[in-house]
Amino acid sequence: MSDETTRTLAVDYLARVEGEGALRLVWSGDELTDVELNIFEPPRFFEGFLQGRSCLETPDITARICGICPVAYQMSASAAVEDALGIALPDPYLQLRRVLYCGEWIESHVLHMLMLHTPDFLGVDDAMAVAREHGDMVRAGLKVKKAGNDIVNVVGGREIHPINVRIGGFYRLPRRSEIDALVAQLKEARPLAEAMLRWMGTFHFPELEVDVELVALKPEGLYPFIEGPIASTGGLCVPVQEWANHFAEEHVARTHALHARLHGEPYLTGPLARFALNFDALPADLRALSAELGIGPGERNPFKSLLVRGIEVLFALDEAVRILEQWRAPKEAAVPVELKKGSGWGVSEAPRGTLVHHYEVDDEGLIKTAIIVPPTSQNQLAIESDLRNLGTQLKVLDDAAATHRAEMAIRNYDPCISCATHFLRFERVFS
Amino acid sequence: MRLAVHKFASCDGCQLSILDCEDELLAVAGAVDIAYFPEASRRMEPGPYDVSLVEGSITTAHDAERIQQIRRESKVVVTIGACATAGGIQALRNYADVEQFTRAVYAKPEFISTLETSTPIAAHIPVDYELRGCPVDKRQLLDVLVASLHGRRPAIPNESVCAECKRAGHVCVIVAHGTPCLGPVTHSGCGGLCPGYHRGCFGCFGPSSLARMEPMTEVWRSLGADDKTIDRALSTFHVASEANAAERARLEADDE
Repeated sequence: MSDETTRTLAVDYLARVEGEGALRLVWSGDELTDVELNIFEPPRFFEGFLQGRSCLETPDITARICGICPVAYQMSASAAVEDALGIALPDPYLQLRRVLYCGEWIESHVLHMLMLHTPDFLGVDDAMAVAREHGDMVRAGLKVKKAGNDIVNVVGGREIHPINVRIGGFYRLPRRSEIDALVAQLKEARPLAEAMLRWMGTFHFPELEVDVELVALKPEGLYPFIEGPIASTGGLCVPVQEWANHFAEEHVARTHALHARLHGEPYLTGPLARFALNFDALPADLRALSAELGIGPGERNPFKSLLVRGIEVLFALDEAVRILEQWRAPKEAAVPVELKKGSGWGVSEAPRGTLVHHYEVDDEGLIKTAIIVPPTSQNQLAIESDLRNLGTQLKVLDDAAATHRAEMAIRNYDPCISCATHFLRFERVFS
Repeated sequence: MRLAVHKFASCDGCQLSILDCEDELLAVAGAVDIAYFPEASRRMEPGPYDVSLVEGSITTAHDAERIQQIRRESKVVVTIGACATAGGIQALRNYADVEQFTRAVYAKPEFISTLETSTPIAAHIPVDYELRGCPVDKRQLLDVLVASLHGRRPAIPNESVCAECKRAGHVCVIVAHGTPCLGPVTHSGCGGLCPGYHRGCFGCFGPSSLARMEPMTEVWRSLGADDKTIDRALSTFHVASEANAAERARLEADDE
């Protein structure tokens, strides 16, 4: 302990998160007086750039906000622009977008579970060290991750910043031969993913309880990717177009991310929230496996989000297979798109939580206003709240152990700091 | 070989490409001492490093100092991706008045520390190799690592997307479909990806050193693209590249 009356724990550069962040905890005597998750990643002003751009460019431009979840940006962006232009996509296109999203959940979740989070539970620095003791599990996980990436490859064109999503559908639809090869690969990955999850189920999970409202999309009878409405554990249930009536963003010092609140209070999005609100929409075998692992819709321990991600990986593998096996290609790769004045909302479930896009476009289809609210800026207050609640646990640990536990609590949320810093707005002149 | 991976203003996608090498990752980790790679490891060893991979562009005063330190402690510096090699899409700010506009719309601009420009790494330090792409191609990234291990130069061809497209056997989208395509002026590396998906290249790898922009503009105009569309096509991930900036200036002069 650094001092009898004041103790400060600081991590200047958080490892195994996407982007640049720092952590600072200060106690005065017994009381944890200061909790800061400091996001110092430089802002990139995307909402500013978007003004004056064609709304047709949004899938390609907003993907560049995040290299880990570019599909999520493409899904929310296209949904918002299609809403603004009054395009209702026929089912085969929506189904194919679900498949693409399955791919991103799989690769992003396994990246986080295996390479960013598991090292915490085993007390080692990284996945390479995990591989020295548990090489079979790491190799299995990498195969599952690759299967997810291959969905994005086939349907999206490439893993990072896919090129095949367009307003109104796609540029090219996958061929039957590509689909068949993909389905075979997904089926091969399924037992590997289950073995990895069962292994992770044997980890020791520290105690902690999320004490904020949980928010996720909650379509009827369907585990959500791109389907509304938005719901919460507090009883909220509204169409995505009403987002701004219930949620608000605020700008605070010492962080380059805006914070979002629901009716003025912190809230949480992401795997725990989706699982809590949509547990009944999971297939029976995954509900049973969840019970075996000791998790259910009432689960509020953020450390166990590791297991929830594992269930979502299995769901995404099964869901992609289910859709692809019965999918019939429509005649055209996209429906006709007519540019006109409008305003639209698009909300989808990024691996880390709800990703909100809103655009207002003029009669030439140029963007007048863009609002993008990614999961990490919504979750930041909940993460800080967790750290505060961890205070008593941390007090009895030595500095190294306490620092590690606090870092682990942050990594529970797989925070994407690259995403969280891209909302600063400014008007721009586009010649 | 001691390897470091550094991040500046970016989306993390290029360094993620390393972790996306699922088939090769454990072999790479076995052959290379990954001394500093915060996105992947809590172990962060100080320099010197044999090879530093640098992702992202310089947008803050602090980062402008940090890159100098990285150069001092690295034998070889390789920039990975459009942000590090060209300033990235965030270089759009270079053509706007950041301070004035931030102040106009942004609630509390005094909280924000940022430079008015986004600049590539090579504007600050000498760079040994540059990998193009938004994102980089992971085969090229692996080749940089293998080349460094064996002390040879990376094999990065300098040609346009058209050459790759022809080798891949794709039908030319300009000739066959009348689709505007930046392939003729864009650096190779993607394998001719977009024409294989029936869309025109939109320039992820930036202008090739052989690029002749004027004929490209004429082709786009003949296909019905107006100058605003051409201007936007040149104003994405490589907006700050010399060839793109020059052609945009020429278009603007034309219009006046």
